[in-house]
Amino acid sequence: MSKQIQVSGLDAYYGGHKAIEDVSMTIEPRSITAFIGPSGCGKSTFLRTLNRMHEVIPGARVEGKVLLDGEDLYAPTVEPVSVRRMIGMVFQRPNPFPTMSIYENVAAGLRLNGRVSKSEMDGVVEESLKGANLWNEVKDRLSKPGAGLSGGQQQRLCIARAIAVKPQVLLMDEPCSALDPISTLAIEDLMAKLKDDYTIVIVTHNMQQAARVSDRTAFFNLAEQGKPGKVIEMDETSRMFTNPSEKATEDYITGRFG
Amino acid sequence: MTTIQHISTGRRVKDRIVQGLVYLAFALAVVPLVSVLWLVISNGLARFDMEFLTHSMRNIGARDAGGGAYHAIIGTLEQVLLASVISVPIGLLTAIYLVEYGNGGRLSRAISFFVDVMTGIPSVVAGLFVLAFWILFLGMPYSGFAGAMALSILMMPTVVRSAEEMLRLVPGDLREASYALGVPKWRTIVKVVLPTALTGIITGVMLAVARVAGETAPLLLTVFFTDSINNDPFSGPQMGLPLFVFDQAARPNDTAIDRAWTGALTLILIVMLFNLVARLIAWWRSPARGR
Amino acid sequence: MTTKVEIREGGPATSRPAPRRTSSEGLFRWLSTGSGIVLLGIMAAIAVFLVAEAIPALSANKANFFTELTWDPNGSLVFGIGALAFGTVLSSAIALVIATPVAVGVALFISHYAPRKLAAGLGYLIDLLAAVPSVIYGLWGVAFLVPLLKTPSEWLNATFGWFPLFAGDGAIGGKTMLAGGIVLAIMILPIIAAISREVFLQAPKMNEEAALALGATRWEMIRMAVLPFGRPGVISAAMLGLGRAMGETIAVALIFPATFGISFQILTPQGNSIAANIANGFGEAGDIGRGALIASGLVLFVITLLVNMAARMIINRRKEFMKAGT
Repeated sequence: MSKQIQVSGLDAYYGGHKAIEDVSMTIEPRSITAFIGPSGCGKSTFLRTLNRMHEVIPGARVEGKVLLDGEDLYAPTVEPVSVRRMIGMVFQRPNPFPTMSIYENVAAGLRLNGRVSKSEMDGVVEESLKGANLWNEVKDRLSKPGAGLSGGQQQRLCIARAIAVKPQVLLMDEPCSALDPISTLAIEDLMAKLKDDYTIVIVTHNMQQAARVSDRTAFFNLAEQGKPGKVIEMDETSRMFTNPSEKATEDYITGRFG
Repeated sequence: MTTIQHISTGRRVKDRIVQGLVYLAFALAVVPLVSVLWLVISNGLARFDMEFLTHSMRNIGARDAGGGAYHAIIGTLEQVLLASVISVPIGLLTAIYLVEYGNGGRLSRAISFFVDVMTGIPSVVAGLFVLAFWILFLGMPYSGFAGAMALSILMMPTVVRSAEEMLRLVPGDLREASYALGVPKWRTIVKVVLPTALTGIITGVMLAVARVAGETAPLLLTVFFTDSINNDPFSGPQMGLPLFVFDQAARPNDTAIDRAWTGALTLILIVMLFNLVARLIAWWRSPARGR
Repeated sequence: MTTKVEIREGGPATSRPAPRRTSSEGLFRWLSTGSGIVLLGIMAAIAVFLVAEAIPALSANKANFFTELTWDPNGSLVFGIGALAFGTVLSSAIALVIATPVAVGVALFISHYAPRKLAAGLGYLIDLLAAVPSVIYGLWGVAFLVPLLKTPSEWLNATFGWFPLFAGDGAIGGKTMLAGGIVLAIMILPIIAAISREVFLQAPKMNEEAALALGATRWEMIRMAVLPFGRPGVISAAMLGLGRAMGETIAVALIFPATFGISFQILTPQGNSIAANIANGFGEAGDIGRGALIASGLVLFVITLLVNMAARMIINRRKEFMKAGT
């Protein structure tokens, strides 16, 4: 249940401002693709165009094609709601629903899609929490509020919530930037496990993280402040970090800027 | 290749229905506004003439045409002015206490809480209080001033809240800079903080004035009625424009009803004028204009 | 009640020179603190003087003030607020039932549906509803709403007459509880809408995005991330609206026909309220009459005070919660 994403000639705008320009790439299924680059280079914006979350911001729009196993996500007949149902997302800051319990948080997405029996729901919640390596820590307090968990646990709860609806793709927008190193490690282990089932795309500021977890890496950069961001280079992660073909990539990776 | 599934018809329909209901709610809320304004303007224009604006109701019989609201307009303006004179210093000083001296202590929290509660006092209760205290207990006569006192009770919480908000917007740096020059705190407040917040405070006061200018119930109990011009708010019954409308509306003949509508039109114009001036001051000072 | 004035140093500014305690400084501090205390004093004075002026009338009363339905303090000295309190509660309840859903809809429209550029202007339009003086709503109610409601009322009575609220055998329509309730609803709508709009706008963006990213429609997103968050705010807004509706005087004084009975029939020409009775009865009231009206006003004051305090406590607790959350 994991699919390939093909992007061609994609531009994204905020009102009159062009945030990214002419991005084309292929994201392979059952692998982790990392986006790296300096702040403001449009990597998060690009990530949000992949499940049509970009257009949630007033005035934001997209031009170009995003194909999910050949099907255009931006075709006129496609609804953003169904796209997001198939392409899950985990955000920078853990955002469990504050008024819901742990159980309800995981069940939230599933409940949208019609009636599910109690036993079936219990099964999905357990399976998702296990999938997110959280089950053992919360199984005795499923009815407690999700906001009572630690930051790292909350983020894994959000991952459980995202995988509970069995998406084809999982997008992660700097999922560890608000977490301590131990929680970060837990999330990274989890990603390695989830990659067997999902296409995973992760935006990260942390180059070591990209090198540790990802199979392929794309480097985003912008010519100068105010200009749109572009993909400078995309390659196997191992090659990218040892032998990049672009000077800018090498400068960024070795910490000469950014 | 599986195609992207559409969401179920049920969910889409529900989403559409809610959207429809939300739009409908807004329309429902705007309809009475438009209807009220339309009715007041169309019915009020008939008698909106110089006689109405320059004459009182003195010697105008119950069924006579003619007459005007000059006495009521004078009364309203004087009462509102007096109400501001009472409530603005108290309100402003209370706001200064809350922002500069209160420090979130018990007294300031109590004041802050009761200011909020005070906004909910029914206007008729404010009138009854002045009636009980000023007219019945102290034995003073009905007068424009008594009405102004009742109105000032209704104005105070609004003035406190808006002034407080404005004072809190004044950057702490400004105060520090003044302290650093050795200026004492009270002079800093008077010379630096207040001028900076002044336009915002004026806006708040104008909005408070607009609110109380339309109040009828407190006047009914404190200024009583008169058909004659009484320029002295400190002695004898006065009239107020809202009271004029109420009085004329209760008289069962068409000429009186016509006067009520024209009074309503005049009242709305005055209230909207205060509102407009307040917004203009706010707009003139707003950061968007780059000042 | 002893009020301890705590005098502590420092305002929003953190550091400042040791104050030269001049007499002007002390005077100014005393003036501003004193003003705050005056405000508290006014609240206390309202209670004290209403009680003081009500006592003579209450002791002259030949009936139970709280349960008696008739109001004749100037003649037989038999008077009570039974019917008036009932009318106040019923008309405010009608207003609340009508205004709350519409106000929540308006608030959602402005916070989550209207185009961003228009939202502020449309919100101002709703605020204008609050700027229209009460006496004008009364005039509008009598001249426009009452005739307008005639046919729908007759239809409601004919079709749902078995339902107690819509029952009635005599005249249907005219100056009814329904007409008064609708006018009250229009008058309290802006405050409920304004507060609800604020809490809806405060709903965390990140939770809204989480809901959308799960594939929620706009309504599902609002139900998951906005409404649960805004519920306490909407409840306290509705309570503030209730307080307004109960105290609203002139509009209902013009609409209600000032009857003194207890009836749930909101489509028949009857209705009254504590506040309306004060406005309508003041002109003819003698000494005892005025005292009796003051006594009824005292009851109104206490009820609205309790409702308002409860509403404010809910809001304040929410503020604490918000501070702790961020």
